[in-house]
Amino acid sequence: MVSTKLFAAFVLLLCPSLLMAGSVSGKVTFTGTPAKPKTIDMSKEPNCAKAYTTPPMTESVVTGPGNTLDNVVVYISAGAPDEKSAPSQAVTFEQHNCRYTPHVLAMQVNQELKVVNSDQTSHNIHPLAKVNREWNKSQPPGTPPLSEKFDKEEFIPVKCNVHPWMRGYFAVLKTSHYAISAGDGKFTLPNLPPGKYTLTAWHEDYGTQTADVTIAGGEAKDVDFTFKAKAY
Amino acid sequence: MFRELNRAMWLSLMLSLVFLNLVCSLPAMAQETHVGKLTGHADAGKKSYQRWCIGCHGPYGDGNGENAPWIDPKPRDFVAATFKCRSTPTGTLPTDQDLYNSVARGFTNSNMPHWDALTKQTRIDLVAYVKTFSDRWKTDKPGDILKIPAETPITIQSIAHGADLFQKLECWKCHGQQGRGDGPSASTLTDSKDNPIRPYNFAAGTDDSRFKCGSTNQDIYKIFMTGVDGTPMPSFNDVIQPNDAWDLVHYLRTLQINRHSKENEVLRAAGGKIPKIETKDAAPAAAPAAQPDAKPQGGRKR
Repeated sequence: MVSTKLFAAFVLLLCPSLLMAGSVSGKVTFTGTPAKPKTIDMSKEPNCAKAYTTPPMTESVVTGPGNTLDNVVVYISAGAPDEKSAPSQAVTFEQHNCRYTPHVLAMQVNQELKVVNSDQTSHNIHPLAKVNREWNKSQPPGTPPLSEKFDKEEFIPVKCNVHPWMRGYFAVLKTSHYAISAGDGKFTLPNLPPGKYTLTAWHEDYGTQTADVTIAGGEAKDVDFTFKAKAY
Repeated sequence: MFRELNRAMWLSLMLSLVFLNLVCSLPAMAQETHVGKLTGHADAGKKSYQRWCIGCHGPYGDGNGENAPWIDPKPRDFVAATFKCRSTPTGTLPTDQDLYNSVARGFTNSNMPHWDALTKQTRIDLVAYVKTFSDRWKTDKPGDILKIPAETPITIQSIAHGADLFQKLECWKCHGQQGRGDGPSASTLTDSKDNPIRPYNFAAGTDDSRFKCGSTNQDIYKIFMTGVDGTPMPSFNDVIQPNDAWDLVHYLRTLQINRHSKENEVLRAAGGKIPKIETKDAAPAAAPAAQPDAKPQGGRKR
């Protein structure tokens, strides 16, 4: 018995990569000319309009220097087992100055979602789900956060009917291996056990792309995605 | 010995077959509907559907019947299984009774007529057939029915508190300050299929004006507490206390200026003016009369 354990320890000592998790990181970029962000007119909601010194802009396509693309959800769509349980920690979706923060929120199936209204105005949270159930709840100022969850994988547009410019997305995923490109189009999926995976990158306007990647123990792979921009 | 074992095996096999049969017949049971002592059957409902409903709701129940292009609001899509009039929470399926009531009542301000000329059995059969268009009826159960407490007395204080809620909850953003459906967000509203949709105009209509989901005070209570799924109208169940909800109902009745109601009588007796409420969460229906120095809320044309 003791000798078996000793042997196992010896093997691990020789080949540490068997245990070490790998990672995938990369950059999301676009080719072509994306539509220009539009100015949002919040004059009908003075409570929110006064928060902006420069006019707020639409967030359906957010780009960075070097044609990088933000708000792209990159996740393992095949190769990793579905998570058996949701993390106990909730994710938070905030309505602040009549915008959604974050614009795209990823969560796991059955993970708790908290919706917070930090504004001095009523919002209604209306996830336009098709696979999950569509619901629509009012959240006046000063009311406690709403607690919800979704039990199926789906990319769900979210809107506030009172403020038609408010639009965001919930990315409900079966995997815990996901990241959202931010700031410079970069993403990292850490802690990937050795294996063969399919990566999917999703953007609200430009659709999805996939890439296959094989990771040996402890390996850090680079995978980049390039979307074709739509001019309208 | 061997023969006995064999018999036991046969018995267990037969039993499991019976069990399997039972399990497999569960989805078929979902095609039955129950309201009171009535039981609806999808097979019978199909024939009536093809005669009365197919023109608008279409052969596949997706709301794309041959009349649909000329209809606004669009016919309901039964495949999506999102229903406006429910006694159940937002995001859940309605009860059989909810659907049965909708068929009989029809939808005011739409092309859906009331079908109370059909027999009760025909209507309940139709509901059973409508439920075959979506698998949600096999995987989900209707939500818990909203509990509606006994209505509080209709007083000017109740109406005044309701008016205060109408402001605080910002109902006016869509429905307008006079409930005429002309609030600042009204012109931008779309339903869940991106078709333009109008907020309810309380002031329109006459003595028989109805809401989409009924005409009683209980129906109004239900409408804003459960929300009207598939439309911009959200559920307020998480944010309004039951007694407060009755106050809001009483105020909403006064927005129906051409409709005779106890609420309008109470308002008229109070001089046609709604006292303004200053405190944040005071004035439930049983509270003492509003302060004598309370400023009247802007005179309303009647």
